[in-house]
Amino acid sequence: MTPVSAGSRVDAAWHALRNVPDPEVPALSVVDLGIVREVSEGDDGGLQVVLTPTYSGCPATEAIEADIRSALEREGLGPLQISYRLAPAWTTDWISAEGRRRLAEYGIAPPPEPGASVVHLIARNVACPRCRSAHTERLSVFGSTACKSLYRCLACREPFEFFKPI
Amino acid sequence: MTASIALTLTADLRYLLRIADTGLVHAQRLAEWCGHAPVLEEDIALANLGLDLLGQARALLAHAAKLEGSGHDEDALAFLRDERDYFNFTLVELPLRRGGADFADTQLRCLFVAAWLLPLWQGLGTSRDRDLAAIAGKAAKETRYHLAHAADWVVRLGDGSDESMRRMRAALARAWPYGAELFDDDEVDAAAAESGLGPRASALREPWLQTLRPVFADAQLTMPAASAFTSRGKRGVHSEHMGPLLAEMQSLQRAFPGGVW
Repeated sequence: MTPVSAGSRVDAAWHALRNVPDPEVPALSVVDLGIVREVSEGDDGGLQVVLTPTYSGCPATEAIEADIRSALEREGLGPLQISYRLAPAWTTDWISAEGRRRLAEYGIAPPPEPGASVVHLIARNVACPRCRSAHTERLSVFGSTACKSLYRCLACREPFEFFKPI
Repeated sequence: MTASIALTLTADLRYLLRIADTGLVHAQRLAEWCGHAPVLEEDIALANLGLDLLGQARALLAHAAKLEGSGHDEDALAFLRDERDYFNFTLVELPLRRGGADFADTQLRCLFVAAWLLPLWQGLGTSRDRDLAAIAGKAAKETRYHLAHAADWVVRLGDGSDESMRRMRAALARAWPYGAELFDDDEVDAAAAESGLGPRASALREPWLQTLRPVFADAQLTMPAASAFTSRGKRGVHSEHMGPLLAEMQSLQRAFPGGVW
């Protein structure tokens, strides 16, 4: 393997991470989701990857770590250490603009834009990701995964999921 | 069978385990609803709540294990202690699907616990223990959803049909005597407050009541008089329901020591 300089190794790592999908929301990469907080090269030559998990009990956390490890090692970017940083806590504000676009395309209503307004636990006027109508209703705050709520569209009658703000 | 572990218990460790074990045991009871809730959405919601609580408990237990320093991990703490070494409130170990309890007891308990956890997490946000503060900062966001959900249901049932109202009032009569323990100070609380680890139990009483008052008003529930009885789960003295709960919760780790997914 050709040795790579620090800058390009970190850049290559970010590039590889942009292709690691979230196992539960595969439309999003772990970078779009905003859980990769830092990538750097340590004094010992190891690649340091710092993650902030989404929900305390999210069962995908370990799968994500394994996926990140194998993606970076496959690109020859190891050895690497993955560590977790809990504070500041992850927020849906960290989902990238690209991530929001991909969520909607995938059929999941994205959370409100960062700083859009005061976050309401029971979000109103959530636009249907299929027909764009805001004539929708919440079925349940809690959905198939910790990060999503169940909604239905009263215009096109389709059920959909909403990535809930936290 | 794997032998139980014995912990070296400092005041700090006891303080952490009270919070961790309350979440762990509450999650275990909520998990019993999986596949049995009255509607599918609620089945999913209760499992979601349990998962959040279990995740919070896991983070606290992992941190407690590190502080304890004997080389145990969070799984050993969760599954290999004896009953007397669990320090959850008695309230959360009481049955939710047997012994006369029902869905009203479940939602009311979720309200009691979330209304206690929210000011606790907020208080822990300034803890001298930075790891604990980080866990709390994250958990507080999750607890806000739990609180809103439980409050909705308590109002819906309390202010619902004659039957749902009767059941919610009966649930309140059953749960109330166990609420006193949540705010009962002892030397562990005094040490935590003194050293800046976290708020003492009694400091959470007023915020808890402030959360409950408007919910009770909407749910047409009357706040019962103070209870003369104070349960002692946080001191490791449990009800007769704790043993069977632990037997079920620990069975896999006891039968298959070190087993992982």
